Amino acid sequence: MSEKYDAIIVGGGHNGLVCAAYLAKAGRQVLVLEKRHILGGAACSEEIYPGFTYSVCSYVVSLLRPQIIRDLQLSRFGLHVLPLESTFTPYPDGRSLMRSANPDVTRQEIARFSAKDADVYPLFGKAMGQLARFAKPIIDEKAPDPMSYRPAELMQLLKMGKRFRDLGDDLALLQYKLTTMSAVDFLSEWFETDELIAPMSCSGIIGTMLGVKSPGTAYVLLHHYMGEIDGSSRSWGFARGGTGAISMAIARSAEHFGAEIRTNAGVANIKVKNGTAQGVVLENGDEIDAKIVISGAEPRLTFLGLVGEKELPDDFVTQLKRYKLRGSSGKVNLALDRFPDFVARPGSGMHMRGDISIAPNTDYLERAYDDAKYGDFSQKPFMNIVFPTLMDRDMAPPGKHVMSIFVQYAPYHIKEGPSHWPEKREAFGDAVIDTLSEYCPTLKDSILHRQVLTPWDLEQEFGLTEGNIFHGELSLEQLLFQRPASGWAQYKTPIRKLWLCSSGAHPGGGVMGAPGQLAAKEILMGGAC
Amino acid sequence: MTMRTSPFHPKTSALCASYAWKEWAGYAAVCHYMPHSEAEVFAVRSTAGLLDITPLYKLDVKGPDAGVFLSRIWTRDISTIGRGRVVYSAMCDERGYVLDDGTVARIGEDHYRCTSSEPWLAWFLNHSRGFDVEITDTTDALCGLALQGPRARAILKGITEFDMDKMRFFRMRKTTVGGVPAWVSRTGYTGDLGYEIFCENQHALALYDAIVAAGEPHGMIPMGLDALDVARIEAGFVLQGVDYISAKSCLIDALKSTPDDAGLGWTVDLDRAPFIGQAAIRAERAAGPVWDLVGLELSWEGLEALYAEAGLPPHLAPEACRSSVPVYDLDGEQVGQVTSSVWSPTCKRYLALAQVRRPHHYLGTELFVEYTPMFERKRVSATVVEKPFFDPPRKRSVPERPAPAPAEPAPDPSEEVAS
Repeated sequence: MSEKYDAIIVGGGHNGLVCAAYLAKAGRQVLVLEKRHILGGAACSEEIYPGFTYSVCSYVVSLLRPQIIRDLQLSRFGLHVLPLESTFTPYPDGRSLMRSANPDVTRQEIARFSAKDADVYPLFGKAMGQLARFAKPIIDEKAPDPMSYRPAELMQLLKMGKRFRDLGDDLALLQYKLTTMSAVDFLSEWFETDELIAPMSCSGIIGTMLGVKSPGTAYVLLHHYMGEIDGSSRSWGFARGGTGAISMAIARSAEHFGAEIRTNAGVANIKVKNGTAQGVVLENGDEIDAKIVISGAEPRLTFLGLVGEKELPDDFVTQLKRYKLRGSSGKVNLALDRFPDFVARPGSGMHMRGDISIAPNTDYLERAYDDAKYGDFSQKPFMNIVFPTLMDRDMAPPGKHVMSIFVQYAPYHIKEGPSHWPEKREAFGDAVIDTLSEYCPTLKDSILHRQVLTPWDLEQEFGLTEGNIFHGELSLEQLLFQRPASGWAQYKTPIRKLWLCSSGAHPGGGVMGAPGQLAAKEILMGGAC
Repeated sequence: MTMRTSPFHPKTSALCASYAWKEWAGYAAVCHYMPHSEAEVFAVRSTAGLLDITPLYKLDVKGPDAGVFLSRIWTRDISTIGRGRVVYSAMCDERGYVLDDGTVARIGEDHYRCTSSEPWLAWFLNHSRGFDVEITDTTDALCGLALQGPRARAILKGITEFDMDKMRFFRMRKTTVGGVPAWVSRTGYTGDLGYEIFCENQHALALYDAIVAAGEPHGMIPMGLDALDVARIEAGFVLQGVDYISAKSCLIDALKSTPDDAGLGWTVDLDRAPFIGQAAIRAERAAGPVWDLVGLELSWEGLEALYAEAGLPPHLAPEACRSSVPVYDLDGEQVGQVTSSVWSPTCKRYLALAQVRRPHHYLGTELFVEYTPMFERKRVSATVVEKPFFDPPRKRSVPERPAPAPAEPAPDPSEEVAS
């Protein structure tokens, strides 16, 4: 069979599309195959209920690499990011805290809890910002291989070491603490108010099956300070049209550069002969060959599902089986008849135009984890909520709203077994709405439609194995040269001519596009296609 | 939550015909009351201006160790100042970089009040270990007005319990103003005769009304931040965030300034009990400071020539300019930057504050400053001149003691403070 394509990309998620766009831009014949009827994978927008568009899974954007936006001309192809203006935390006793982009307003808000913490907050932000500047270049280059003596690898390690040394003693020690401590312990070294520590610590656990008091969770706090939009750091935003609009902009760019994209074209398996990838077999039986195959799917699904254990070396299979996926979160999307008032601060003002965090204290968060540890969803979960319709009026009819609720913990491994999730789905949804009703009593009456996504649903529908939103936990032992497996962290795989460009590769999950871009760069540099 | 308003807001907002507001430490603050700030600039130098200074950060420190503790925080030796005195000082981090500048007033035997441009509660608390002190943030509990200008004393005289003729420069008193209990200090940010008056928030409107009633016959008008900016440059005062940047907000050392770099070296009492930054400042002085903050006068003839070259009459902006522009030596090497500049309607000179590398800081040094009359960047000659640019004798004078006081009058034990 003739090789019409230089590369086939398995999966039309945002990373697969980024990789396709870069290869197409470099003049390669590229084919993207997406199983679902729409593109974007977990970065998709869908009109689930008539007139209402949900960002079904991923709901905010921050780390989408600026060079990708420039290189792929994404704004020309429809990407518009609207800034998130604040983080709001209501407490059950009727108090509330809003941290906004305006430092003076934030200061006054925090001062109502502790005048000292109000002073410390910008200093903490500055220290984290400086660490983020150290860490950020890491997500814009491939992971160095510390076991290699190749000059290029050594140079990259040396540069990283120099940046670390340039931090100075104080910040270097802070970085050390950040990589070893729990989010709560780390924050408690700076702040005295539990009401402030709790919502701040949450960014350490998102997508992870750990609690805010588990060691190692402090590191992920840094990810929140690495966010940027247009190169200005620490901003988070919504894509106009929902997160799917990002994927659509990348897809249009890829097509503009000549890539071919097919939906409803699920790949049944990757054809491997003599340890070399030849092409793919579709679910409908069609075979398509290409010079190389690039997987935009999660690593365990790619290798154990699409390639097959028998084609792979033992140690690689062992590592993949140990790779921690264990999804811990779910998602509830609501279509609302009217805007629901939060008792702690009614109205749809500035405090609602950002994310809303249900994290009243650290014990609450730890108890939510306790439920999950022993195989239940949290009765009182941590939630991160956004109302995209306050900024983007195209996502619902006039006066109506969409409410996007990220919920943790919803462990994949419930004690009845993951396949029993469908029976618990609505009970999980009820726990979410009941908890929210304590803050927002009118919510129940305003719900027109409810979509509940459990980790099981994320796996079955979106190919997120075990429902892990990041294609594998972002814990230190699964990052950099360890992602997804040691020795295979530079987008190459043990199968010749099969590459990995998904969030399961360095630098990991989130709507960054970096794995897709870096994989394309490695592929082109090595002349693989 | 939106921007906060000071307790004087009902008064100031009714007077603010320009609708020109800006944010100051989270408060809405008036830029200029009338459509133009010029009248307010002239009022400060000819009658009086009344400015809302509530947004200043205020920390009260009480306790037996308060003086010793504050001497650790500030570059000046606070432990030696008498009751009723106020000093201006800088504060530094451990590496000798300036964090802020402000005033410290000894308002009681063991009671001090600090004002600053940035919040320092956590900094004070973190350094208070082992000291018997109680630190309270009074920023939101107290409101303040600055009454500045040659008529300021005459205005207050009739409405204060304490005889204002007796109050000397950088002194303060707890007294009543228009019947309202208030702290009055003879301080200000204009370099003129003037007072700063603080009271508890609940008395704000009564205080404002009393001063306005007393001030109107003297030609006093409300004054915004734009006029203040002109006056403070004429007085040669640096502004944190403009002429130097607090080390706490700098990401790199190159942006930070030591007291000597920021022209605040005179506030450092070096040889005394340890204070934060002492060792670093000593080491810096041993090696020789690198920068200085100087006053520059731009050549009027040079400016006129630049405008003439562009075919324009000279145009002088009525407000101060805060954008930094390069300063060059006679060889064309950049040796620093202007940080604030203004056409001084009082001095009739074009003035600038500039950070320059030593030895370009000596009085009389000839330099060039970038100037853009019309699109194209040009250079105009400038000379290092003495600060303050404007320093009227009335600033320090006391009617009963007509002789101009020395730079820092010695504490007068006979002067009792009612508190």
